[in-house]
This record gives sequence, C-alpha cells and structure tokens, in this order.
Amino acid sequence: MVPHSSIDSIAQAMYWLVPGRTLFLFLYLLGIACFAFIVARHLAPLVRAERDSRFDRPLLRLGRVLQFWLGQWRHPRYKLAGIVHILIFFAFLVLITRAFSLLVLGISDSFEGAFLSGSAGRLYDTVKDYAASVVLICMVIAGVRRGIFKPARYAVPAKYGKDPAAKAVFLVAMIGVLMVADGLFEASKAVWLFRQGLPAQLVAPLSLPWVLKHALGSASLTALWNLHLSAYLVYDAVFLFLLCYRPFSAQFHIETSLFAVYFSKLDRGTLKPVRWGVSEEHLDRVKSFGVKTFEDFTWKNMLDFYTCADCGRCSDQCPANAVGRPLSPRFFTIKAREYSLQHYPVLGRSNTGDPLIGGIYSEDEIWSCTTCGACEAECPLLVEYIDKIVDLRRGMVDDGNVPQSLQKPLKALESRGNPFGKMEKKRADWAKAAGVPIVNGAATVRERSLDTLYFVDSVTSYDDRAQAIGRATARILDRAGVKFGILGAAEKDSGHEVRRFGEEMLFLALRDHNAGAIQASGVRRIVTADPHAYNALKHDYKDLPPVEHISEVIARAVKSGDIKLNPVENAGDSYAYHDPCYLGRHNGIYDAPRDVLDAIPGLKRVEMARCRDRSFCCGGGGLALFYEPKEEERMGVQRVRMAAEAGANAIVTACPFCLVNIEDAIKVAGMEGKMTAIDLTELVDRQMAG
Amino acid sequence: MEILVCAKRVPDTSENEIELNGARNDIERDDLVYSVNEPDNYAVEEALQIVDRVGGKVTVVTVGSDEDEEILRREMAMGAHHGVLISDDAFSGSDGRGIAAILKAFVQTKHYDLILTGVQADDGCAQVGGMLAAMLDYPFASLVTSIEVLEGGKLKIGREIEGGNKEINAIDLPCVLSIQTGINEPRYVGMRGIRQVASVPIPTLGTPELGVDPETVGDRAAKVKRVDYFVPPAGRGAEMLQGSREETIDKLMDLLKAKGGLN
Repeated sequence: MVPHSSIDSIAQAMYWLVPGRTLFLFLYLLGIACFAFIVARHLAPLVRAERDSRFDRPLLRLGRVLQFWLGQWRHPRYKLAGIVHILIFFAFLVLITRAFSLLVLGISDSFEGAFLSGSAGRLYDTVKDYAASVVLICMVIAGVRRGIFKPARYAVPAKYGKDPAAKAVFLVAMIGVLMVADGLFEASKAVWLFRQGLPAQLVAPLSLPWVLKHALGSASLTALWNLHLSAYLVYDAVFLFLLCYRPFSAQFHIETSLFAVYFSKLDRGTLKPVRWGVSEEHLDRVKSFGVKTFEDFTWKNMLDFYTCADCGRCSDQCPANAVGRPLSPRFFTIKAREYSLQHYPVLGRSNTGDPLIGGIYSEDEIWSCTTCGACEAECPLLVEYIDKIVDLRRGMVDDGNVPQSLQKPLKALESRGNPFGKMEKKRADWAKAAGVPIVNGAATVRERSLDTLYFVDSVTSYDDRAQAIGRATARILDRAGVKFGILGAAEKDSGHEVRRFGEEMLFLALRDHNAGAIQASGVRRIVTADPHAYNALKHDYKDLPPVEHISEVIARAVKSGDIKLNPVENAGDSYAYHDPCYLGRHNGIYDAPRDVLDAIPGLKRVEMARCRDRSFCCGGGGLALFYEPKEEERMGVQRVRMAAEAGANAIVTACPFCLVNIEDAIKVAGMEGKMTAIDLTELVDRQMAG
Repeated sequence: MEILVCAKRVPDTSENEIELNGARNDIERDDLVYSVNEPDNYAVEEALQIVDRVGGKVTVVTVGSDEDEEILRREMAMGAHHGVLISDDAFSGSDGRGIAAILKAFVQTKHYDLILTGVQADDGCAQVGGMLAAMLDYPFASLVTSIEVLEGGKLKIGREIEGGNKEINAIDLPCVLSIQTGINEPRYVGMRGIRQVASVPIPTLGTPELGVDPETVGDRAAKVKRVDYFVPPAGRGAEMLQGSREETIDKLMDLLKAKGGLN
C-alpha cells in the first residue's frame, strides 16, 4: 500500500495491486448478495406460515413504533442495560449515515459530502464522532457485564444450550472494532493532512477519533496512510461480516425490530382467533386446530422468533420460570428460532412438518403458562407469548393430548357448566341467604326494575371460600344503590380459562349460552368481581352491555359518598395490594382498587416490589387450579413472601382465584397468624359504615 | 386386529350428587349427567393404541336406549371406527347374564379377535365380561393393566393382583379382557371431535337382527333382582391427629403402615 502522492482516495488506492474501487465493489456485491440470500432464506418460513391480521390501524401502529421503537419505552425498566441500550440505539441511528457514506467512499470519491455539506455536515461530523465514542464505551460496559459479571438473567441452563457469554462478548467486540476502525480511519487522515499542511478535518474534542488523533501524532506519513487504508479495509470487512452474521444471532433484531413493533398486537386481553380469516361459523371446516408444526405459526409469530434479542427480561419476570416449572418464555422463543434456522438452512433444502410437541417443546412446558402476561408486559420488542401458547394448546386439545388432571374439569364444564362438576341448580345457593334476585329473562328485570347483572362465575358460585366474595359483592352493590340480579342456574362458566387452555369449541358453547341469557335479560350493564370473567365478558364476548369490575363500582361509590368506610380497627396492620393479572396487566385497572384502600381511614398500605404491571401471578385461575404442574414451589408461596418482604401482614386482592391461591400459600409457607389474605370486596364489606 | 369394546353409559359419580328416589328402589335420576363408564373409556383408548400399532378396526357397542348413543359418539370422536347401539324393549331389565347373552349374540354376527370391557361399571357388578367369555367359550382375563400383541395369535397381558403386584400372562386370541383404569392415559375428546362425528350413522340392532329369543333376556328372564338401595349410615368421625407437624407425620406413617397402606 503506497500513499497516492496527492489524492487521498480510497477508491483509487491500491490494495495489493488491486484498485480499491474494484476490491470494495467486489466486497459489497458479495456482502449484499450474501445478506440478501440469508435474509431471504430466513423469511422462507414466513411465506409458508399461517396468515395474520396486522395491517389495520396504521396510525396506531406508527404510534407504537414511536413509543416502543424510537422511544425505547420499556428499556429503562432495567436501568443499566436499558440506559446502555438507549445510548447504543441512538448512536447507531446517528451512525447509519456515517456507515453509508464511509462505504460509498470505497467506490466513489465524488459522493462524500454530497448530502451533508456545509455547517450541517460539520455538525453531523461532530455528533457522529461522539456517537462512535458512546458506542465504544457502551461496548466496553456490555463486554464487561456479559464477560465478567455475567448477570443471572443471561445464563443459559445446560438443557437449553451453551453459555452465551463468549458469543455475546464476540459480537460486542466486533462492534467495538468497527468503531475503532472508523476512528483510526478518520484520525489517520486528519493527522496525515495536517502534516502536509493541508486543511485538516474537524475532529470533535475528546471523542474517540480525537483521542486516536493525538495518539498518532508521531507516526510517519507512510505509516499514517497505510493505517488509513488498513482501517478502511477492516471497517468494511467487519461491517460486511456483521451484516451477514447478525441474521443468525440475537442481533438480527437490529433489522427486524422496526417491523416487529409496527406489526405488534394492539388489543391486550384478547386472544387470536383459531384462524385469521375464518369465521366462527366456518370453524368446523378447519381441518386442524392450533399450532402443531412450525408452519402453523403465523408469520408474525415467526417474525417474533427472529426478533427476540435474547435479553432474558421475559423469563426474569415469568412466575412459571421463577418456581421451576419447565417453561421459560425466553427459551420458548429461542428454541423456535433455532428450529427455524435448522429446518430452513441457508444452504440445503428446507425440511418441515416435525411436530413441535415432543420435539422442541414438552407438554408440561406448554401447560405451565398461567397466561399472566408478565413476559409480554416486559418485552422491549413487544414479542407475544400468550397467543402462541394458546395456539399450541389448541393443537394439543385437537389431538386429544390433554393432561388427565384437566380432562375431568373440562368434561364437567361441558355437562354442568362449571369445572367442579357441581349441579346447576346449586349455582345460586350462596345467594339465598343474601336474598339476591335471580334474573330469569326480561320479565324479572322489568318487574323488579333491575338494570344490572352481577356475573358471578363458577369459582365464586361454588367454592366455599370464594362464596364470601359473592355475598360481600351483593351487599356492596346494595349499599351503592345498584339494582342488580344474578343469572343463577342459567349462568355457566364464562369460559375464560377454557379458551386459554385451548378448548375453543367448548368456550364458544359456553359463551353463546351466557351471551344469550344476558341479552335476553335486557340488563343495561354487567358487574363482576372476578377479573377472569371480566376479561372474558369484555374481550372474548361480543355485543354485551358494558362490563365493569366491582373495584371500579366501589371506587365510584366511595367517591360519590354512597359508600362510607369506617376507620380500620387495628391501625398497626399493613396492607399490600396484589394486582390480579387479568385486572391489572390485561385490563389496566391498577388505581381503582388502590383508591378504595386509600379511602379507608387509617389503613396503612405498602407496595410490593413487584406490583402493577410487574405483579407476580398467584398461580393462575380457572383450569389452572386443576392442573398439577411440575414445580419446586408454588407461585403463591413466593408471592406471600414478597408481601412479607414489603412489610405487609395482609394481602388484599380483587380476584377469587388470587384469594384462594394466596390463602393456600399462606398455609403452605407456614405463615398462618403472620399473614392474612382478604378480597377487596370483603374488606370494603367489613369497613362499610352503618 | 378387529377389536370390540363393550361400553356403558353411567351417571358420572364426579358430577352428580347421588340420592335415593322416594320408592327407595333406584337413585334419583332427574338431574343426573351421564358419561361413558370410566374403565370402558380406558378400554377404548387401549383398543385404539393396539390398532395404531398392529392395524385393524375398533368397534364400540353398548346395550341400552336411544340416550346411550351419546357415549358411542364420544368414543367415535376418540377414534373408534364403528359404533353399534343394541336396543330393544325386550332387553330392558336384563341382569348381567342377560346383557352377556345379548352381547354374545352380537359377537356371533361378526368376527372379533379381541373383546374388551371395562373392569366394572360404576353402577355394575363386574360380571358381564366374564360371563360373555364363558358363553363364547373364549379365554378371559380380568383387571388387565397392559397388553402386548405377540406373534401367533397370542397376547402378553399384565394383570393387577392384590398388594399392588402384577402378573404377566400369555392368552390366546380370541379372548375377552376386562381393562383396569390406569392401563393408559385416555385421550381428550373435545366438543370439536364430537361435532365431527355428530352425523355419522350409528346402526341400532334389536332382537330380530341379533336373533335373540326375547324370553331369555330382559326383566322376566333376570335371575338377579335388586331388592333394596340404601345409603350406608355415617361411621364414627375421623380421627384428628394432634401434635406438631413432625409428630403428626410420624403418627400418620405408623397408621398407614399398620393398616397396610405402605409396604
């Protein structure tokens, strides 16, 4: 490499007798062709995938891109990693232009400065010098974290593969090399020009190129020029290597994240239909339900698999993972990605059609999910899990592959309308003492001028402990002046968990029955104290009167003064509110229950470290009560300990399943006498004045 | 292998509260929900697994009335290839021997290599399988917990014997086996499966088709008759173990050992 006497051109420089332009043109064409081919192969399964409905509401989707992609909304939830990521993200955005103009230099002299000249160009040069410096510092921090401190969140258990640290550090190091090569390229040129008395480029003070510039102060002209050319070659080579290597790694999200966020799910609390584009009436014509092979996933599901950055936040939040169940949302996705890479290899034929259950997933793994949504609330890239888990369950149900522990309750739901197999005529027994009217068609509603239906659902109707919630709810509605009734024997299970456990047809039967009874009654609104029923009525049912959770009704009645609350008797008690998954995360009701608690004079309320959208599932509702998971500890036991750590001696919740699970967990944890559990309705009922 | 499974529709004990009727000669049947007798369901699953391995067809048969057709559909949704309803006014009130005679007549209209029954019906006496085998002059094994098809028209079967032990027998085909629960994990039958077989025709056979003499079956021919139904009086209350957790666990272990619950 000999410095061209006066022209500082990469394109015209000679690399081992090859002109730069020829060399780089060849490299670019090769790199881009490889990248295009690799990406095309990666996208091959998306073409064979099931359809998905992701092209509606473009403005809302753009908003999500602004918030979650450009705005990096969820990153600061993990402080250090989040801030480092935000810095890298914005620095990369800045450096895209730099990378492009650098690459063009290899084949054309005239292009440089063509689109950023004058003061804008100078400003950009300064900003990009700092951006590169920030990236380098961030890479050092990331490398030290991943290579030396190794946060537990990134660890890969032996059953899922190798320790990822080496790969992570390698990728981080490559980006570091890219930044240093860019810095050397710029610094060597600046010193070279300066030595020859030519107008030197501006280098931002204290930036990476600036430091390098000062380090190169004494180098010879030849050395500088050689360094300049070498740095360029290294930059190009590493850039193209990363371009083609990233699609095989977690860093593919650099390319896919924008699309993943744009096409992300917009409606929380809902489930995807069995097949997009197939109406319920035509479901009988669908040959196979759910996901059985990889190609049964939708293209967005597959895009999710490629997009996962392997950051481990989902599994860090997942309660199933925390109690040692065989489910980790992170590896749920990673395993699917690896399946895709193996079965759609870049070279060689695609081979498809392997069953996923018994292949990459185990049955217990898929039944272990409580659909609490903690993973989805955390994922910075809005990767979805619940729809995929439910689709896999639909596939298992379709194949008759259902744990024995769930078959009995499912059968009972079919024949009796509740999972306990109790008789329909006893569904309203709890309400007899409370004198709650039974809504029996529109006639009773008119006679008694009722306008509200209290949808009780199965657990509150039949479970001895949960029935107290029903009676408390009835007294509260009375006090709030609500004219209400219940469906009694005509009510069946809402089917919320039936649907989430994959039994779509049984869910539809339950839904049609309930919806018919509700519509026939002519009530104008529905109240429920069960968040699972609330979510079902609100999101899974159609054409119903408005639905409210009892906490919203109480909050309003307390505010308006219809319900007055006595001071707590024991001012020494500390209450922690436990957010039920289907009230909080899935429906965003966090404040109404807290407002009610804060309206009780003298009540001391503490927050658990994991609260609101980071609430920790109690173990799950509905059919989850019957499932016998493989686990080291109950979720509820961990939750009770979290409440104790927060200094609480009472856990208030607003869900019959949470109450039942947490009360059991208090006993299992041996904390009887030290901790109590109470439902919000019971507490309000107890505190209602006169 | 052509396999016949004899199944019965019974009140589901897990979903009903069984009460006596006013006349004390039967249970109150107004509000009952029915399902296929649980051991029969295991028998169908076992038959399906056998034909998955060695080929063949599974037929499920029940003796009853039109209402009993629902269990045939359920078992067909599970994968059984054919369902047959045996129904005739002349059959009502048959005792176990009568049912066995009816089934014998049905078996003789076709050829079956293997006949399975559940070990017993929830509301039955565990007698039909054995009687059917005797009437057909087939070998019989009860309480079967594993089946392996051997060469040369034989089966290797495991049987549950007292104390949780198991014995292995070889048995010649054709034969009758009564299947114990736990032999397998029956697959789930969803609403979708039932809907898919909802319109499959199920033949109904009566005395003319089977060639059964009405005088030999039914109420009048029954030699075993139910004379009373009663709910056993509640025994003495449960014994509550007192003491610390460790002490109660030790006491419980001693009791279980003493009563033969632990070996």
